[in-house]
Amino acid sequence: MKLSSAVLADKIRFDILERVYSIKDGAHIASAFSLAEILAVLFNDILNFKRTDLTSLNRDKFILSKGHGALAYYCALYEMNIITEEEYKSFDTNGGYFPAQPSKSRELGIDFSSGTLGLGLSYAAGLAISKLNKNNRIYVILGDGEHNEGSIWESAMFIGHHKISNITAVVDYNSMQSDGFSKDILQFDLPKMYSACSWEVIECDGHNVEELKNAFNRPTLKPKVIIAKTIKGKGISFMENKKEWHHNRISEEQYKMALKELQEREVKIGN
Amino acid sequence: MEINNLTIRTLSMLGQRGAFGTTLYEIAKDNNDIIALTADLCNTSGLDRFKESYPNRFINTGIAEQNLIGIAAGLAEGGNIPYATTFSNFIALRACEQIRHFLGYMKENVKLVGLASGFAMGLFGITHYGIEDIAALRSINNLTILSPSDCLEVYKCTLAASQTNCPTYIRLSGIMNNPIVHKNDYDFEIGKAEIIQDGNDIAILATGSMVNNAIKAAQIINNESAVGGGRKLSIKIVNIHTIKPIDADSILNCLKAKLIVTVEEHSIIGGLGSSVAECIASERNKPIQLFIGVSNEYKKAGNYNYMLEQYGLTPQLIAKKIIEKFNTIKN
Repeated sequence: MKLSSAVLADKIRFDILERVYSIKDGAHIASAFSLAEILAVLFNDILNFKRTDLTSLNRDKFILSKGHGALAYYCALYEMNIITEEEYKSFDTNGGYFPAQPSKSRELGIDFSSGTLGLGLSYAAGLAISKLNKNNRIYVILGDGEHNEGSIWESAMFIGHHKISNITAVVDYNSMQSDGFSKDILQFDLPKMYSACSWEVIECDGHNVEELKNAFNRPTLKPKVIIAKTIKGKGISFMENKKEWHHNRISEEQYKMALKELQEREVKIGN
Repeated sequence: MEINNLTIRTLSMLGQRGAFGTTLYEIAKDNNDIIALTADLCNTSGLDRFKESYPNRFINTGIAEQNLIGIAAGLAEGGNIPYATTFSNFIALRACEQIRHFLGYMKENVKLVGLASGFAMGLFGITHYGIEDIAALRSINNLTILSPSDCLEVYKCTLAASQTNCPTYIRLSGIMNNPIVHKNDYDFEIGKAEIIQDGNDIAILATGSMVNNAIKAAQIINNESAVGGGRKLSIKIVNIHTIKPIDADSILNCLKAKLIVTVEEHSIIGGLGSSVAECIASERNKPIQLFIGVSNEYKKAGNYNYMLEQYGLTPQLIAKKIIEKFNTIKN
């Protein structure tokens, strides 16, 4: 039986916590938590591929432009049975296929190498108009801080100008970046900027799976960007909106507290 | 396209950029996967006819070099063969990380075409000179670097690049009426240097526009009877059209010469000269190497021939440097 995306998002959060605790090392933990619902909806309800057809040419493509969301991505791949438990547990190990930032591997369902920001949208534009993908959809997840990169705007203008409508971008708008709150570092009106580049802009609650689903499913003739308002560290109270959790390790005590919060949250969602 | 005297002369008149555009137009006739991309330099890339003939396979990204490379990479992943053009400096330096990421790391089968490398942009000035491109790109994994010596070789490089799955940078150099190095058709293979003439005293290894100047410099040296005590020097000339992967065998075959000379319209740091030096450095018995190229300074801008004079890259100045160096070691 198919899980609901809200339950899947919860499972992804448990997985994220478990992985970070088990590696006994730092990871991009708060960015992973803010992505849980977006990835759950995308993999559960939207993307048209399963483990068995990863190498098929006739499938959607998924570009994680904000590579530091990798941990949540691997957890989603694991929960969707696209990668095995063994593969998922190899996160952040020496010589492994699942480093802190994704490395392209069609066989493992990783369509894009990322880590250096601002590159995903241009690649998505090329894919979307390529011989093999004209009938596929290209989904790209970007960070709001990532939009500091000028290269994003070169691509946003191009995609809007050419009305490349088989692209859906999702901005994990958690209002934070490595050094703190985005409003204190570089403030800009992201919806207006995308509108000015001729994109269809949809704003929604990035932790509400129904709103996300509706946003993904709304038909448009233009390229679409979903600005998903999220909370960095969502689900773990002591991590939410705290810049020190952008990249950090977790102690045993913190792990237990976090686990308890996720378990309580699960009960609430269950009710 | 049939290679005959007429096509060789016509391509030469067009210069390397025109020769590239003509070639891409020709090979795209039979290969629908080929797509041309440019960052607002259609005409300069010689692509007007391509654009008119195949409007659905021509993409102008606007003045956006980073996006140019990313789009080309996505197209390559999606089964196309993209050729992306802009001035070599803008490709190699402004979009350098995109090249590392998409062509190096992700191995996307993109063909980059660096226009007007060296001093071809003349009075446009320093911003438009491509004299660091090889140095910037040579350290990037998985990237093939081609540097054609004349317009027929531009044709050969462009065609050969379309037949490989290797991410490739094609470095175009020189101006209109590009000197003809190859008067007849010849065998070209990526990674296999071309021996233009054999010899024992001096081995000149040149690339791009400087192959022609090296040939002329060798003629000047041989015409100067005073050199070598009146004896005509035996000079080997090698066309290094593939900078990477470098043809180590052909370079090691030059070690018996008394002097190895590298000539390039590129910085002496990190280009052909460095590449050759890396190749021979660990050999026990080797001749000394004379690096002829662009010294590490930005001089006042001028037209193409003026700049070659300023940096000592005309046939006369190349010959002079070689004679001076050879005279210090011949005994």
